Amino acid sequence: MSTGNRAVKELASQSYQYGWVTPIESDTAPRGLNEDTIRWISAKKNEPEFLLEWRLKAYRHFMTLLQKEQLPEWANVHYPSIDFQDIIYYSAPKTKEKLNSLEEVDPELLKTYEKLGIPLGEQKRLAGVAVDAIFDSVSIATTFKEELAKYGVIFGSFSEAVQNHPELVEKYLGSVVPYTDNFYAALNAAVFSDGSFCYVPKGVRCPFELTTYFRINAQSTGQFERTLIVADEGSYVSYLEGCSAPMRDENQLHAAVVELVTLDNAEIKYSTIQNWYPGDEEGKGGIYNFVTKRGKCAGANSKISWTQVETGAAITWKYPSVILQGDNSVGEFYSVALTKGYQQADTGSKMTHMGKNTRSTIIAKTISAGHGNGTYRGLVKVMPKATNSWNFTQCDSLLLSNSCGAHTTPYVEVRNNSSHLEHEAFTSRVSEEQLFYCNQRGISLEEAHRLIINGFCKEVFKQLPFEFAVEATRLLEANLEGTVG
Amino acid sequence: MNVSTGMTHRTTVQEGKYLAAFDSFQRNGAVGDPEWIHQLREAAIARFNVLGFPVARRGNEEWKYTDIRPIAATNFQPATGSAQLTLPPPDVDRLTFGNPGWSRIVFVDGVYSQELSALTSLPAGVSVVSLAQALVTHGDMIKQHMARYAPYESEAFTALNTAFAHDGALVQIADGAIAEEPVHLLFLTTGRQQDTVTYPRVLILTGKDSKATVIESYGSLDEGRYFTNAVTEVRMGSGSVLNYYKVQRQSQQAFHVSNTNVSNASGASFNSVNLDLGGGLVRNNLNVLMGEEGCSCVLNGLYLLNGTQHVDNQVIIDHTSSYTTASELYKGILDGKSHSVFHGSIIVRKGIQKVNANQVDKNLLLSDQAEADTKPAFWIYSDDVKCGHGAACGQMDENALFYLKSRGMDDKLARRVLTRAFATQVIDSIGNGAFRAAVGQIVENKLEEWLEAGESR
Repeated sequence: MSTGNRAVKELASQSYQYGWVTPIESDTAPRGLNEDTIRWISAKKNEPEFLLEWRLKAYRHFMTLLQKEQLPEWANVHYPSIDFQDIIYYSAPKTKEKLNSLEEVDPELLKTYEKLGIPLGEQKRLAGVAVDAIFDSVSIATTFKEELAKYGVIFGSFSEAVQNHPELVEKYLGSVVPYTDNFYAALNAAVFSDGSFCYVPKGVRCPFELTTYFRINAQSTGQFERTLIVADEGSYVSYLEGCSAPMRDENQLHAAVVELVTLDNAEIKYSTIQNWYPGDEEGKGGIYNFVTKRGKCAGANSKISWTQVETGAAITWKYPSVILQGDNSVGEFYSVALTKGYQQADTGSKMTHMGKNTRSTIIAKTISAGHGNGTYRGLVKVMPKATNSWNFTQCDSLLLSNSCGAHTTPYVEVRNNSSHLEHEAFTSRVSEEQLFYCNQRGISLEEAHRLIINGFCKEVFKQLPFEFAVEATRLLEANLEGTVG
Repeated sequence: MNVSTGMTHRTTVQEGKYLAAFDSFQRNGAVGDPEWIHQLREAAIARFNVLGFPVARRGNEEWKYTDIRPIAATNFQPATGSAQLTLPPPDVDRLTFGNPGWSRIVFVDGVYSQELSALTSLPAGVSVVSLAQALVTHGDMIKQHMARYAPYESEAFTALNTAFAHDGALVQIADGAIAEEPVHLLFLTTGRQQDTVTYPRVLILTGKDSKATVIESYGSLDEGRYFTNAVTEVRMGSGSVLNYYKVQRQSQQAFHVSNTNVSNASGASFNSVNLDLGGGLVRNNLNVLMGEEGCSCVLNGLYLLNGTQHVDNQVIIDHTSSYTTASELYKGILDGKSHSVFHGSIIVRKGIQKVNANQVDKNLLLSDQAEADTKPAFWIYSDDVKCGHGAACGQMDENALFYLKSRGMDDKLARRVLTRAFATQVIDSIGNGAFRAAVGQIVENKLEEWLEAGESR
């Protein structure tokens, strides 16, 4: 019948442009999970005692949960059960020695990044962006480090931070997402391989947007990265994260943890474009993206802002959240989630108001096409002492096919009567009237759809740093290309 | 839509007591009932034994904010009817919303009371009889409907009610009948015996193109602790209109769990207003199946809570047919340490098109110790739909308060006016003028009482 149907077919047939495997030798852990795996990883990374202990505690907690079958089943996603013993928990590209410049990097890797269009190093288009690229599990190259060091900003791989700044790692690791937080957070704490670490000292405004790219490469490797960003008093940092993964038949597990901490008057802006491999037209393969992201506004007047564009992964299970502990702190969440093919996304945010005069905003846009199922799941919780707190939530869904699904499950819990909360949501398809209006102004059906969908996402895209906004729009348009006509 | 958590269950001591009570009920209480209902009860109690009380606190999404362990832990005994009760006129007046002239069927502690009922001048085309009597006289007809709309297989309280289903009301509206005056189903608990349980059962069948108003109210004479486990099934006739008003005014220690299941029909409109003005721990499940094309429903609700009252409204609208419209508006006024829960689900099934649905829950928190939890959810598996929802929680608007004060009202009056105004939207959706005025008065009196008591600053 209508444009919608054709749009779906096209959406479903849109192929994944970033699917290839880089043939390089990997240094991998033995398949399976036991205490020895944990010790192997820890030893491999030459970790201090406290970290090994922490990993082991997390491992034991994880095994208890696994034995009690306390797997998270509440999300609106469906997948066959995962065999946690059939995963390789650590895989690192074999590096001979420490790399000093880009020339020393494996040319295969560089080619991979080139294909993805990642600006590695001091390069033309995105000059001014420091890149810490994670290839599978180990940080390959870090640029702009010296420049950042001038400001006292510590930015690099998690492994480096463990070696060079163990006191910071020990102080903040697990302070926002303890290993007991949830099933996948426990798994991540036990086996995390690498990730990014950033510390911005007092009063420093980080001069660059910090960027990390994550890729999953070696077959049947779970990637468990861990990111920790600490913004000390009065500091500011904007962090960008982009993901894409090569094509695979098997489902791969990606269970990451991101922790953000802001002290008094500090601000962190965290942006994500997630474009993991979503599986093929029949829903075969694809990444399971089970991520715990949480920020803590520990200090007064601090701010944490999450922006995400989720277009990939077979299953997304992710709730970037903010604990508003400091008085007058601010939490924000802006999200666009696109599901097509047989993708499933259960995503949203959790805002926990604890301090006085805390404010939060949630803007979540879900686009469902093909057989995709998108769920917004959010919680706004106001604790008794959060006097004069304020929340605004808007979660809208756009339906592009008659076999897709869009679901909304917002939770609101209020225990303080001086707080003010508003929630609104709307679900519909692209309206015939809007399309007609565009058509009669000479805008083609395809163009009209693109306009309307872009307009639908605009509120979120404008939150992204400029380069990412361009990329996000391009990504969405690529996904919707040739849908109608 | 929430998938059952698949919890395994073992019979606890408390559930065992219900099983024992059931044996004695089947042997003594209802021997005269037809064979099919004995079988139904057996099946239901067996199911209850499997389901158990939904007491789990972990992964129990449907009971996330409502802990019913106090119900499971109390040793409730089946009430022995006090059908011989006589009521002084002021009580009758209060219990009939100031309209003792309306036709009514009255149940005292779960048993039909002929003396208190007034069924001689029912509106034309409306039939109201005691279910216990109808089981004997109209058994085959009831068999076609009973337990067909309220699924005892999946809901423990429905299973328990079905196991003990005996008395209650059977309301039938004839094809084409237009009844202007409401009929009142009054379930009265005396509270004179401690810890009793009653299982009211109501079946409402509306005829083709009929129109009627039914008030189902739960009242009490004394403050006391008791448990009401009610099930109401409504089967709409095509093109019919039913205004269904449920009023719960039980004691502040009472436990009240109700399941209202509606099967909507083509071109029919089901309009309900749910009023919770009493009760200690209350849970209302309202499920409307939009099973035929062109049906619509309007589900409104108002809850006024103070003290330690806990009221949980779960409303599920399941659109399994195209061209269906639903709208939902629940409002709550919370004082003291009260706790309200609203959980609305709108489901649009695969392939169902042209659905319009809206749901809103708003809460006004008068006290800093009250808690409001709300969850307006959508489950949409189709595309040609327009669905919206909203929720808001907050305290009184300072600007509105200032405006009224600047017009010469004192603080107390201004607060009362604004609180009353907050409730108006729901109260005004009551179609029957006399009943609307009565409810308005009850709400006003209650708010005044609260303000006098100084609970709300």
